[in-house]
Parts: sequence; structure tokens; C-alpha cells
Amino acid sequence: MKLSFKFITLLTLATMAFGLASCGGNGSNSKSGALSGSAAERVFVPPGEHDEFYAFLSGGFSGQLAVYGLPSGRLFKVIPVFSVDAEKAYGFNEETKPMLNTSHGFIPWDDSHHPDISQTNGVLDGRWIFINGNNTPRIARIDLTTFETVEILEIPNSAGNHSSPYVTDNTEYVVAGTRFAVPVPQRDMPIKDYKGNFKGALSFIKVNPESGRMNIEFQIMTPGFNYDKAHPGRGKSHGWFFFSTYNTEEANTLQEVNASQNDKDYIAAINWKKAEEYIKAGKFTTMKTRYAHNVYSDETHSATSTMMKEVRILDPSKLPGLVYFLPTPKSPHGCDVDPTGEYIVGSGKLSASVTIHSFTKMLKAIEDKAFDGEAYGIPIINFDAVNAGTVVQPGLGPLHTEFDNKGNAYTSFFISSEVVKWQLGTWKVLDRKPTYYSVGHLMIPGGNSQKPFGKYLLALNKITKDRYLPTGPEVCQSAQLYDITGDKMELLLDFPTVGEPHYAAGIPADLIKSKSRKIFKIEENHHPYVTKKESDTKVVRKGKDVHIYMTMIRSHFAPDNIEGVKVGDKVYFHVTNLEQDYDVPHGIAMLGAQTSELLIMPGQTETFVWEPKQVGVWPFYCTDFCSALHQEMQGYVRVSPRNSNRALSWSLDGE
Amino acid sequence: MKKLTILFAFIFIVSACNTGGNGEASSSGDSFAENTPLGQASVVDDVSAKNILQIAIGSKDHTTLVAAVQAAQIEHVLVNAGPLTVFAPTNAAFDALPPGTVETLLKPENKATLALILTNHASPGTFDIEGLKKEARKGRKIYTAIGDYLDIVVDGDNITVGGAKVLGVVKASNGVVVVVDKVILPQEK
Repeated sequence: MKLSFKFITLLTLATMAFGLASCGGNGSNSKSGALSGSAAERVFVPPGEHDEFYAFLSGGFSGQLAVYGLPSGRLFKVIPVFSVDAEKAYGFNEETKPMLNTSHGFIPWDDSHHPDISQTNGVLDGRWIFINGNNTPRIARIDLTTFETVEILEIPNSAGNHSSPYVTDNTEYVVAGTRFAVPVPQRDMPIKDYKGNFKGALSFIKVNPESGRMNIEFQIMTPGFNYDKAHPGRGKSHGWFFFSTYNTEEANTLQEVNASQNDKDYIAAINWKKAEEYIKAGKFTTMKTRYAHNVYSDETHSATSTMMKEVRILDPSKLPGLVYFLPTPKSPHGCDVDPTGEYIVGSGKLSASVTIHSFTKMLKAIEDKAFDGEAYGIPIINFDAVNAGTVVQPGLGPLHTEFDNKGNAYTSFFISSEVVKWQLGTWKVLDRKPTYYSVGHLMIPGGNSQKPFGKYLLALNKITKDRYLPTGPEVCQSAQLYDITGDKMELLLDFPTVGEPHYAAGIPADLIKSKSRKIFKIEENHHPYVTKKESDTKVVRKGKDVHIYMTMIRSHFAPDNIEGVKVGDKVYFHVTNLEQDYDVPHGIAMLGAQTSELLIMPGQTETFVWEPKQVGVWPFYCTDFCSALHQEMQGYVRVSPRNSNRALSWSLDGE
Repeated sequence: MKKLTILFAFIFIVSACNTGGNGEASSSGDSFAENTPLGQASVVDDVSAKNILQIAIGSKDHTTLVAAVQAAQIEHVLVNAGPLTVFAPTNAAFDALPPGTVETLLKPENKATLALILTNHASPGTFDIEGLKKEARKGRKIYTAIGDYLDIVVDGDNITVGGAKVLGVVKASNGVVVVVDKVILPQEK
């Protein structure tokens, strides 16, 4: 009998831990979801009927945002955001190229992560959706009437915009916490001198309540930690913002080991209303920097890019009450606030448990000065003074938490590949379901607002392996739909996604579908090269530049025959779609043009550039099957040698 | 013997209330789980480099460990993308536990306790022999998936982790298997 006392004690502890964790589900009826019938019936949306919810799934490394319907999982549209899209000419036509401008020049790609829908009074209002660009730090705003990207703001002094954008209760702010600490301002310095010298900028971007336009209101310059996720306070905690940190070790190499040494990192609690007071009182410094602000207009159907020159900086070490650190175990990844605003859930991705802090306790701890020292002048609140509870050993590798409208939380576990449902306040585990495979974020429509629509939960999975028909070494990533109306979660559907479905936002379709734009009115088109009627079409030469003012309507271009273009010219096709009819876009593509097609919505004008290199007669045609005579929708451009003296001429039907 | 009685008593307590949260409801959605009963471990792939679970299954010295992993139903953890370092006790290591311990832990009602003990042998990260030596040299510990810290002691070519002697290392597609001579029990907290 060599069994050690230690082992006995361990088993006692283990027993208690698991007793707590596993007893939670007892006593409840295991009734199935309120939605009755088979899984197939519950996800089947009959032909001609609409889905109940929109789901906006980020594309991760695709840089885009995909629009699906729930519960069907049907894909409706991929909205180009940070990456060029030849299908829609985004980043290829002259109108949208400025959208991808940055202080580093034109960048054709980014990594889109966290879509978040605008809110009013803590409830989804469905006006805009914001999403962050991870690599070259940016935030984009998408208009939910056109489902197009209308604004992109670059974030200076930031690197790896992961902790972003997350709207506040009234869409006062979106934020950008830097994933990588960097020298601020950027300069030539040794990497080994990271500690104490690199900074972690937290940017607060004010959103204009009418126009949605973003501007960087201020940046809080914190120590050189890595910021991972963020969540605004809700309801009672409105006015605060919470950011999870890792690498509080301030390591600069082999982060997988060196950034995992501390037992606890922090959740940074930011009092942004206090920040506004400090700004008003002039307690900021103004720093010279450069960042691009790109705005698309539905009046000119064009984007402009403005290089901004400065930003206001707040120094938390000198401004009391602005920032507090809440100790949270083992590199917290997810940082999620429940719908009441009371609980701040930190999921240490290396921790075996989920830590929950209390907003009420935090305020009391601040009042009582229950601090355990400070980091770079920022008070660290005593763990026990702020901790509300712990979900003990619910799974392996906790990542993200969403909430329903019944006081339950749902946390994803990467390593154990499961979703665990637990109860706020008691911290009891109520249910768990496997995911296939390696789940990242979860999404409940409205699940990060004050008013979740707790009918479905979507698990966003990184790995599918054999889940679908194989497509070579690269296989799709995946979303999984669960019915969460019952005591137990029920898997209803798997569906493949575009790129990495990093995070998602969902909203009842009724809140936005009636506002969806059908056409652009031609009389409201203020594009500088618009042509509003066929009789105004023309071709104008300015040196080597040739501007074609062209129109398109079923089923012809005007003009459709053009002569007098020469090798070495730069030919601008300014094409206006004269249709005023829903769902009649036209496309245009020119043989040999080193760019994409254009796909032009009714009433819109777009431009592509063609630099002909060969003499000949070259055709162009409509690329979007528009009508019964689509195949006849075409034209020719005659290209003469450089030394030709042929004058420009153009015609339609010989006139 | 008294101590063992206490052990069994606790195991009984676990089993008495261990019916919640295991997702065994008979709703329609759950039947889909039958398509992949082992989660990611159900994937058939004999082309890729072997993962930690496949290496363990292929080792004649780890039949007890494999049986324990299967009883705890944590196969999917060992095939996860990781990276994980799994300290794999040999059959002899399990045999060294008090008589009856393994049999008791393998009972379905003790699944949770068994899972806790087994996952204490997994650490996020990839630590081969050189890696373990480096961690020891830098004064760092191994952090396990249940939150324990394991001391690394290097004495010439002998390395112990959490008191268990390292017998060898096998590289896996999703991390590394470190063969050890003892079961590393969770620490008293």
C-alpha cells in the first residue's frame, strides 16, 4: 500500500472539482430545443422563403466578410473589405483603389477578424458593421444598406490590430488594441531592448452618430504588452472598456514559451469616460504621425484617401483613474462582458479554468484601493478583490464566450474541441457538445450586446479534415449551427465557409432587410465622369490619356465602336450603368486590359484603365449575364500604331 | 488499506453525480456524433506523419496509457493541432501504482478523475530532450494542461519531469511524446 497522501488529496480535490463541474447538468430535464422536428426540418428554408438571421462571417486570411443566412447556412455575398476582389473590381477600378491606401502605400490584402454590428442603447441597430484588419492595422466600416465597404481607417502606433473593433452601447467608439507592442514613435532600435521601451497603444475611435464616420479620438499609451481581445462595458459598466493582455513578461522571442511564464496576465480596464474628461481638460500630448483615412461616397461612387498627420496621446501613468489591471490567469485570450455588464469573462488559453471578474467588485476595489502594486504606474487590483468566480476545469484551452438571453454563457475550447454551456453566477457547467474540429470563436446573434437573440449558436472551426469531400491539401474551414433554445445544445448543421471564419456577427433579418438598397438613382450620381444619357457619350483625348464616357443598358454599350486609340495610350473607360431596375448590374471587360472586369450596379459609374500594347481591333463585352441579348452586348476598339494620325471617332449603330 | 478505502469513497462520489454535462441526450443533433464518435480522432489518415495518439497506440509499452485515454474518452485531445508535449508513462509506470488503482480509474464512473490525471501529462508547447534541457537551464517549469507546474531536473543525461524519469522522446506531427517511468499525479493545491 504505497498510495501517497498526496494522491489521496489530489483525488479529493479532483473529485470536488469534477463534482462541481459535472453535477451542474443534473436535475434539469433534458428536453430538446423549443424548435421541434428533425435537424433537417429545422435548418430547411423552403425555396422562395428567407432565412431568419443574417450571419456575417469574417474571412480571416481572405480579408473579406461573407454574408450567410441562418439557419440554412446559405452564402449570399462575399463583401470585399481589405483584399482586392476581381469579381467586384474592388481595388482594381479607379474608384476603390484609394480604399486600400495606407501610410505604407497601396496594400491589396489584409487579415479580417472581428465583425461587430452597430448598436443603440446596447441593442443591435443594424446600420453598420465594423471589422478589423489585423496585419496593417485598420478598421473598416460596411454600410448595411449597400453591403459595401464605405470607410477604412488606418491605426498609427499600432501593429497587428487584433483587439478590435467592438462597438460600445451607442456606437460611441470602436477600439484598436495593438497585438504587437512596438516602438512609439517607430524608430531604428535593438529588438532586445523591447522591455520598457516598446509600447502598447489602445486607440479609441469615435464614430459619428449620423454619418458613421470614424476618427481617432485618442490613444492610451500603455506598457509593451500584447493586447488580444476586447469588450466594451454594457449597461452598468457602459463607459468602461476591457482588453485582455498576454506577454506581460514583455518577451521578444520564442513567445510560445517566453510569453507564457507568468501565472497571471491582465485584463486592462479602461475608463473611457474619464479619458474624455482628460481630453477635455487638455491633459494630452499631440504626436506627429501618418495614417490614411479612406472614405467611399455613394454620391460620387468613388473613394478618397486622406493622409492624417497627428493623434492625441494619453499617458495612463500620469492620469489616475484611467487604467486598472485585473490579474487574470495564463494569457487570457477571450475577454467577454455579459449582457448585464456585471461579469467580465477572461479565458486564459493556457488555463484550465475560466475566470470571471465582477464589475461591482472592481469599482469597490478601486474605491478601497485594494491594489497589489502597480505596473508602470498603473494600479494592479487584487485578484480576490475583483474575482467573481471561476468555472473550474470545464475543458482544455478556453477561448471565447458568448451569452444567451437566459443568463447562460457558452465558451469554446480549442484543445478539447467543444462548446461548454455554463450558468452565470453559479459558474456551473450545464452542457457540453463536441465541435468538429478545433473551435475558435462562437457567435450568438446579439450575443455580445445587451440583448442576445438566444436561438442559435454558431461555432467557427479552424480545422475540418475529413468533414467534407476532400479538395486536395487545402480543405475548407467550417461553421456549425446549434439550437440553444433547450436545456441541451443540439447540433443542427455544418456548413463550409470562405477563408477562416474567425469571428462573426448575427442579426435578425427583419432588422435590416427592408433597408437594403435596390438601385442607385442616376440623377443622384455625382461621379466626375458620369454619363447620364446615351446622347452625352463621348471620347476625349488629353495627350496620351483617352477618356471614354460610356453607358450601358440592356443590351448594348454606347459607344460600341471606337477608333483613333493608339499603342501607348492610357485609355480610361468611365462606364455608367443606366439601368434603374433592381438586380440588373452589367459588367465590362477588355481583351488585354491588365486589370479586372468592372461590375457596375444600376445608376453607378466605374472606371478601368487599359493601356493597349498591340495594334489591332480588340473587343470588349458585358461579363454579367444581364439579359436575353447579353451575348450581343459587346464592342470594338481599333488600336493604331503610335505614329498614326487617326483622329478619335466613336459610334453606336453607325451614328 | 484505509487510505485506499478513502480513495474509493471519493471516486464513488464522483461517479454518483457524474451524469450531467456529458452530452448524452437523445436529441436528433446528437446522433450526428455517431458519424465521428472520437471527434478528430476518427479521421482516417495513414499518409500524414503520426500524431501523438497514433504513436501511443503503436507502442507496446503504452497499452495501459492507451486504454486509459480511451476510457477517459480524450482521444481528440491527443490528435488536436496542439502543439502538445505528452509525457507518456509506460505500462510499468502504471503497474507501480497501488494494486487496483488502474482498474478503479478505468471504470466508466471515474472517467472525469481519470481525464484529469491524464491531461496533467500534457503541456502546451513542444519540448524534446534539448527543449527540456533548455527549459531547465533557464529555470523554467513545464506548465500542464490542468494548470500544474512540473519541475525539470537535469543530471548529466538523466532528466526528470515532475519526478518522472525521461526514458526517450518520439517526435509527433502535433508535438512530441516524452516517454516517462512514472505517472505524474496532479499536485496538492
